[in-house]
Amino acid sequence: MHASVRPVLSVNIPPIATSPAARETSAALSMRMTISKVNFFYGSKQTLFDVSMGIATNKVTSLIGPSGCGKSTLLRTLNRMYEIVRGARLEGEILLDGQNILTQDVTSYRRRVGMVFQRPNPFPKSIFDNVAYGLRINGSQAPISEAVEKSLRHAALWDEVKDHLHKSAYELSGGQQQRLCIARALAVEPEVLLLDEPCSALDPISTAKIEELLVQLKDFCTIVTVTHNMQQAARISDFTAFLLTGQLIEFSPTPQLFTTPGDPRTEAYITGRFG
Amino acid sequence: MSPRLRWRKFVSGFMLTMTGVCALVAVSVLFLILGYLAVHGGASINWNFFTKLPVPVGETGGGLANAILGSAKMLLLATIFGVPIGFFGAIYLAEFSGGTTAFIVRYAADLLNGVPSIVIGIFAYSLVVHPFKQYSTLAGGFALGLMMIPITLRSTEEFLRAVPNPLREAAMALGASKWKTIATVIVPAAYRGILTAVLLAFARVAGETAPLLFTALGNQFWSPGWTHPSASLPVMIFTYALAPYDDWHRQAWAAGLVLLVLILVINIVARAILSRGIAVPRS
Repeated sequence: MHASVRPVLSVNIPPIATSPAARETSAALSMRMTISKVNFFYGSKQTLFDVSMGIATNKVTSLIGPSGCGKSTLLRTLNRMYEIVRGARLEGEILLDGQNILTQDVTSYRRRVGMVFQRPNPFPKSIFDNVAYGLRINGSQAPISEAVEKSLRHAALWDEVKDHLHKSAYELSGGQQQRLCIARALAVEPEVLLLDEPCSALDPISTAKIEELLVQLKDFCTIVTVTHNMQQAARISDFTAFLLTGQLIEFSPTPQLFTTPGDPRTEAYITGRFG
Repeated sequence: MSPRLRWRKFVSGFMLTMTGVCALVAVSVLFLILGYLAVHGGASINWNFFTKLPVPVGETGGGLANAILGSAKMLLLATIFGVPIGFFGAIYLAEFSGGTTAFIVRYAADLLNGVPSIVIGIFAYSLVVHPFKQYSTLAGGFALGLMMIPITLRSTEEFLRAVPNPLREAAMALGASKWKTIATVIVPAAYRGILTAVLLAFARVAGETAPLLFTALGNQFWSPGWTHPSASLPVMIFTYALAPYDDWHRQAWAAGLVLLVLILVINIVARAILSRGIAVPRS
């Protein structure tokens, strides 16, 4: 049983098909992204092995696993950010809305898949200019100030910053900065939002705000988040993928993964026996 | 108190005094030079000094207006020539080059930085003055520009490298191309440092004499256009200080004072630039 390197569930066997409760919703569920047989290498070192899974539209998908399991790498394949690392190489296929992402122009592709990083990384510009950045570089014709307000509202930051939009972004608290980064990513209206441990540098109150926000954001976009905090994955996500040493061990609806895990390694991890 | 402890306390006190005295000497040199220049040159600084041409020995009055203008023209040329090369070279080094290229370019820049300025002068002489058979403002500006390249390049590179990587990632994740990331995020984040570096390179070459001795040569009169020998403040100081006339000595002191004040002002402006605007906080 332990010899199995295959994910318990893959795209071909939709995870929802396994539980009767999930099956009821399966008709409405479409896949925004499809990852099939992805192998990933840094130079000669392979960090992802034959990963296949789907990202459901307008749902939150969490990637969990111990440090070094490849969850951040998997996230970075989804917007091709791995390409900025020398010697990084991907095999396999990733589709967004049925189209292969690897054959598209990388800059216009990244506008469709936003990303929020582990530590808040606002630009050394004003709050307004941070949010407007993506619109400006993409030559957006939309009225910028309205788009900025809309994004800040979606990121639940508008009320806190509306009176000092032209102050430095660094005058905000860490949690506010992270919500600013979310607003910056939302401004270009991405179809998918990737978050790489967005709360790991934040206090519990800021974390709670971001978690609440992510659940609300499902209405606008599809969310994929990496977290090393299992409780967080359980609280916010609809689907959870458990990775271990570069392999997708299990991918299920979140309640199922945390209550009746299908693989002993998943059970061992979520009950705290390692990691 | 044991003899050993007494000895240790003595050594400690002695070394503390020594380091303090050395620090004091280092600081007081600047003030000594400033004071000396002010005492000897201050009296010769008047309106004429900035607006009039030098007068023949024996006549009083006159100024170094031609040298001030000559220096300004050469520094302008040097900046136009040296800063873009240093700036864009630094962008290549910091953002594009691999390990080996970067090492070679950086090492070459450091060596160029260490080349004695008189050698730069000879190089400019053989490259510009000799073929055209003419000392000129152009040749002087070229020599000074050569000196600005490595200073601008190395310090700009340092400031670009100091821009945190997450900012690059944030821009690229929003769909910015590499060039757009550099132009809209990295350079703006580093611009205060870069500007400071340029100003300091400018201040550094403003006082250079050796590269001008056989490129711009010198001139007692206005230098028309860019292709004739031209006066400059450092060469004027050199010539006047060696001459046996008291009046010229006073003017040399005054020119030294003007040059030093210019460099001090540039330094202070550079520091002022560094302390305002939105800076990336150190993490």
